[in-house]
Amino acid sequence: MSKTSLIIQREYLTRIRKRSFIIMSILGPFIFAAYVLIPMYFATMEDKDEKTVVVIDDSKLFSEYGPEGASFVISDTEYMKFKVIDGVPIETFKQGFDATGYYAVLFIPSNILSSESSLIYSTKQTSMEVTDYIRRSMETEIEHLKLANHDIQGIEEILADVETSISIRNIKWTKDGKTQESNTGVIMGIGYLGGLLIFFFIFFFGSQVMRGVIEEKTSRIIEVIVSSVKPFQLMMGKIVGVGLTGLTQFLIWMVLSALLITGLKAAFFPEMNQTPTEQVVTSDLFEGGVSNPSGQMLASEEQDVAQEIFASLKSINAGIMIGSFLFYFIFGYLLYAAMFAVIGSAVDNETDTQQLILPVILPLILGIYVMLSAMNNPDGALPFWFSMIPFTSPVVMMVRIPFGVPWWQVALSGSLLLGTFLGMTWVAGKAYRTGILMYGKKNSFKEIWKWLRYTS
Amino acid sequence: MNRACELSKANLITADAVVKDFSGHRALDHVSMEVPEGSVYGLLGPNGAGKTTLLRIINQITAPDEGSIYFDGEPISQDHRLMIGYLPEERGLYKKMKVGEQALYLARLKGLSKAEAMKRLKVWFEKFEIGAWWDKKVEELSKGMAQKVQFITTVLHEPKLLIFDEPFTGFDPINVNLLKQEILQMKENGATIIFSTHNMASVEELCDHITLINASETVLQGEISEIREKYRANKYLVTYKGDKEKLSGGLNSRFELLQMEENGMGQQATIRIQEGGRSGDLIRNLLEITEIKAFQEILPSMNDIFIQVVNDASKKSDPNT
Repeated sequence: MSKTSLIIQREYLTRIRKRSFIIMSILGPFIFAAYVLIPMYFATMEDKDEKTVVVIDDSKLFSEYGPEGASFVISDTEYMKFKVIDGVPIETFKQGFDATGYYAVLFIPSNILSSESSLIYSTKQTSMEVTDYIRRSMETEIEHLKLANHDIQGIEEILADVETSISIRNIKWTKDGKTQESNTGVIMGIGYLGGLLIFFFIFFFGSQVMRGVIEEKTSRIIEVIVSSVKPFQLMMGKIVGVGLTGLTQFLIWMVLSALLITGLKAAFFPEMNQTPTEQVVTSDLFEGGVSNPSGQMLASEEQDVAQEIFASLKSINAGIMIGSFLFYFIFGYLLYAAMFAVIGSAVDNETDTQQLILPVILPLILGIYVMLSAMNNPDGALPFWFSMIPFTSPVVMMVRIPFGVPWWQVALSGSLLLGTFLGMTWVAGKAYRTGILMYGKKNSFKEIWKWLRYTS
Repeated sequence: MNRACELSKANLITADAVVKDFSGHRALDHVSMEVPEGSVYGLLGPNGAGKTTLLRIINQITAPDEGSIYFDGEPISQDHRLMIGYLPEERGLYKKMKVGEQALYLARLKGLSKAEAMKRLKVWFEKFEIGAWWDKKVEELSKGMAQKVQFITTVLHEPKLLIFDEPFTGFDPINVNLLKQEILQMKENGATIIFSTHNMASVEELCDHITLINASETVLQGEISEIREKYRANKYLVTYKGDKEKLSGGLNSRFELLQMEENGMGQQATIRIQEGGRSGDLIRNLLEITEIKAFQEILPSMNDIFIQVVNDASKKSDPNT
């Protein structure tokens, strides 16, 4: 067995046998799911408290008087109730407000039309949601009132007619003339997820390479090892071994996630498989179904959304997506891992790494920002150039690919990444073999630059 | 051993005018060294003299800027790595790895097959009485036991050349002894051993040849017996019985009385014979004035020579002092 593969084997085996690896592999998908689900859960939780807002309407513009007394023109929501109280001064609520059980008092002054402001009193900070709802509803109401003041005939009907809500569905034409429904949000989400995963993979496993190098330095085993193998073999063995660990973890996550999703799908959307989305789309658009969704779709809005997502997933070429993901995933990692190895070789302990890491990961963070802008304009100049620069391309190209990128751009970006990886590894090897034997040196890039010129 | 026989013996390692620079600092300045096959070779010098750098160059961990290294007459290459066992001064083990697994890994990096490494490790672990620790993590080992493991992994592949950089520092006295015995045993089995050390007593005990490096240059080199001959100061220690005054008064002017004392051994005097004098004349002179109980030459210890040479060398390089 060659020495490099012995090293790879050791790096790989010691890592995947660690308790932390096993725990992370199993918990990973659940933690991700929790990250998404828990905030959603809390968001729905919050509104379960019924809030009653007392309305003191001096303007009388927002109150309607019926047989059961005054009611507020703004309708109640599920958790927000409004109660108009007439002829009571606001001061009466000032004392002992909490005991009344009301959430807040909304005071509408008599000059609301000109002042365009009202006041909310409460003993606690009023939630954004309540304030927003009241503001939006009052705006609409006042707009209507002002329009009505212009005395246009049939204004009520006109307003009702004008009110519109547009929904846009994206249909992609494939080369052979078929139509596929795609949701830009889902495509962006896929690209974003891919880019983000690559970012975290590079950062997390790159740091592991760095820590591994530091461990060899601080435990002083390094000199024993490099008397048996070349420093370059040791560095590459470590990088590949850690990379394989990462891929293994990733694979486990994929399999577990797939099982998790299949399980959730079966539990919550059992009808899904019976309605091929393409058919729905076609009948919708070309056979007269213009604006009214079919009764079947109205029946389950959630199912509609889920269907749309799965349809969008189908519209992305899975082969190209997975292939390019793996390519950028692997070579992006290899490029950065070599740099992380050099940082590890340049320091004596982990606390010294901070100042060296920042300049190295800065392009990667920049890549994340460009990726966010690329999601809105995947073919813009900025995303284009950053998807060519090898230090940012693994992150930025990932978000562009689902939108469709000319093949020559992918090829160019890929070969630039490959070439830079080779060059960087060669340079890193030179700095590394000097760094690992240096103790107590000032850790700076100037020092590393000096090492590049030593013979070895 | 006579000189002709010595010369005919091949050198296992030849360093030829090796130069190594580190950004403005010359770590080795044209250092040459010939290590005869089957010898125990001492590489001496103060801290920072360049010993470790030279050992690293022989181990091909770094390359020289000028000059070359020959292994058994051939320019040294990657193939020779497997014929060298190196115990560096900065030595350690992976802390989180199990002892046996780690020893096996290091042995396989030196080219042993898994089965062969396993077989040999079993023998060594038994010999050093650490067999029970095979499945323990290194961080659980005492320092002495970790040192034993390091030593085993250095010699396990039975290399032709063994290089120990400061092998005795950090070892407790029991392990130092164990190590010395093993070094001599390996010499017996035909291995060549180079070691660097500050411990001059161990040099006298173990080495046949030395090179003394000071401030990146070779200042003293050769067979230990020859070096001692060269540095003998013509000093003699006399143990006598008689009158002190008579002895000091009766000495011929060619003999210089350096010191007199009375201790557990009796009355003793240290006398130097000046240039051209002979020990026989001194004995004859002494017989006239006192009763001699013992008479012996004081040979310089390697420690004295070391200090003298290093001090001379630094005086030469810095004329102001």
